[in-house]
Amino acid sequence: MSASPPTAAVPQTGAAGEAGAPPDRGSRGAAKRRSPGVRGGERLAGYTFMIPWLIGTAVLTVGPMAWSLYLSFTDHHLIRGGSWIGFDNYIAMFSDPMFGRTVRVTLMYVALAVPIKLVASLAVAMLLAQKRRGMGFYRAAFYMPSLIAMSVGIALIWKALFSDDGVQDSFMSAFGWEGGGFLGNPSVSILMLVILAVWSFGAPMVIFLAGLMQVPNELYEAADVDGAGKWQKFVRVTLPMLSPVIFFNVLMETVGAFQVFGPAYIIGGEAGAPAWSTLFYTVRIYTLAFTDFRMGYASAYAWMLVLAVGIVTLLMFRAAKQLVFYAGEDK
Amino acid sequence: MTTRTASGREIVRNTRPASQRARSWAWHLTMLAVLAIVLYPLLWVIAASLKGNADIITDTGLWPETVTWEHFRSAFDGLAGIPLWRFFWNSFVIAALSVVGVVASCSMTAYALGRLRFPGRTLMLGIVIATLLLPGQVMLIPQYLIFSEMELTNSYVPLVIGKFLALDAFFVFLYIQFMRGIPRELDQAATIDGAGHFRIFFSILLPLLRPAVITSSIFTFIWSWNDFLGPLIYLYDMEKFPLPRLLQSYSNSEGVTNWGGMMAMTLLSLVPVVLFFLVFQKFLIRGIATSGVKG
Repeated sequence: MSASPPTAAVPQTGAAGEAGAPPDRGSRGAAKRRSPGVRGGERLAGYTFMIPWLIGTAVLTVGPMAWSLYLSFTDHHLIRGGSWIGFDNYIAMFSDPMFGRTVRVTLMYVALAVPIKLVASLAVAMLLAQKRRGMGFYRAAFYMPSLIAMSVGIALIWKALFSDDGVQDSFMSAFGWEGGGFLGNPSVSILMLVILAVWSFGAPMVIFLAGLMQVPNELYEAADVDGAGKWQKFVRVTLPMLSPVIFFNVLMETVGAFQVFGPAYIIGGEAGAPAWSTLFYTVRIYTLAFTDFRMGYASAYAWMLVLAVGIVTLLMFRAAKQLVFYAGEDK
Repeated sequence: MTTRTASGREIVRNTRPASQRARSWAWHLTMLAVLAIVLYPLLWVIAASLKGNADIITDTGLWPETVTWEHFRSAFDGLAGIPLWRFFWNSFVIAALSVVGVVASCSMTAYALGRLRFPGRTLMLGIVIATLLLPGQVMLIPQYLIFSEMELTNSYVPLVIGKFLALDAFFVFLYIQFMRGIPRELDQAATIDGAGHFRIFFSILLPLLRPAVITSSIFTFIWSWNDFLGPLIYLYDMEKFPLPRLLQSYSNSEGVTNWGGMMAMTLLSLVPVVLFFLVFQKFLIRGIATSGVKG
């Protein structure tokens, strides 16, 4: 840092620490004119205001991350303690049938819940994105479930709705369904959680709606003049203009879906009943750590999740570079 | 921004009244159909908690033939001799502490990151954004070991301490976004008048941040009210349980035999969130729209 060239900003302030400052500082006319005392005051105030966050980040975020990385290379047990075992946890994972199961269940959930939820939320947002009476009411009503969807209460209601002879079973039986309630049927039980995710489509919908409202009407009018149909307008105007919002929603929903815990735990329990079909990755981490007390192995599990989410996030950002269109940018 | 789009469509409506009216009807019918599906589970629970018959689970109807308050009466009895209001109070205490912590710490952090210049600021902002995407599970185990080492398990400290230390990156981000809309000239004018950064923050920015404060408070309250993982890991004394832990325990014991009581209890646990939503929905929707969309 201290090696940066002594450019414009330095002479007037004369402070040695200046060299490490962000480059935009020197170009600010107002900043140049301030005295070193005020600058020093700003720095002091900055760090003072950051004290809670600095403590929290050191003690509860960065520290624990380093510690859990270390733990993942040990066989630490909550009561017995443990010692360094190198990569054994990570190797053991791949011959652990539970690992494969939880990965499959979680990926299945992400692959189903995220696209269906987002398509539903975009569809309803597009229906709502018109100035009609009652729009505010519908928006609020559709949004409300997303505030409670991940609660224990709703998970219990879901168990009731999807039990044998429950609402879903009676309804589907009328159409010849013989699989009983989803709750007891391992081949479809994951759908309970997918439906729960889709039920909370209101949160991404509100974000889509805000994005749709900002698409300038002139673009649609121009498309009308060019004789574009509804579908063409959607593909050529709406989708590109909305792509930053779509990217945001896809990213947040995917990252969130990997981490679902509460509903999965309530509906499937620690065993992911029935027959491990709802055994989510996060539930497995919880069970390993807090029921089996295998803190080392559970930490390795957690780090695999970080790795997976990190890779998915990176891939998405890379894809966004090609696919996301920011208005005002040259094409 | 709504009116701009509105005026364009308004003109169209006036020129084609008949077909437009038909389309309006179709629109409302579509919306009501979606609404019916979305609200069905909630309406069903309300009905289920009032139904007098024994097999409430298998009854798909929304209209109870005989209304009984028996389920609510048994729900108010709570669990294991601890009345329901006690669990409500616990949930409320945790949520209220969380709100105070988030508002105080996240607004401070956002002021430093969004308004002040100091070495390391960019790095810290980067960490805040990175933690938005970081799976919390990876910190869970060491955090538990820390809190159990400090003998703070079975207390509310582990549940709320992170709120006082600005670890809710989402809200820091919300405040930064909101502060961008407040003109810097205000800070500069105050500086000329001799106000320090603390004066500027407390007397100028904080009052102007009111909408963001309200939005973050409501979200924090609701999320804390719903939080299950924290209480599941840290609390083992039933006297201290918030509602989600109560519901879980109830469903494991009483719930097997007393579905009606459990549905009533579940319904009651959702009431505060829905009430909050009804009162503050404008702030919530504006908050999620502004923090979600770059702008």
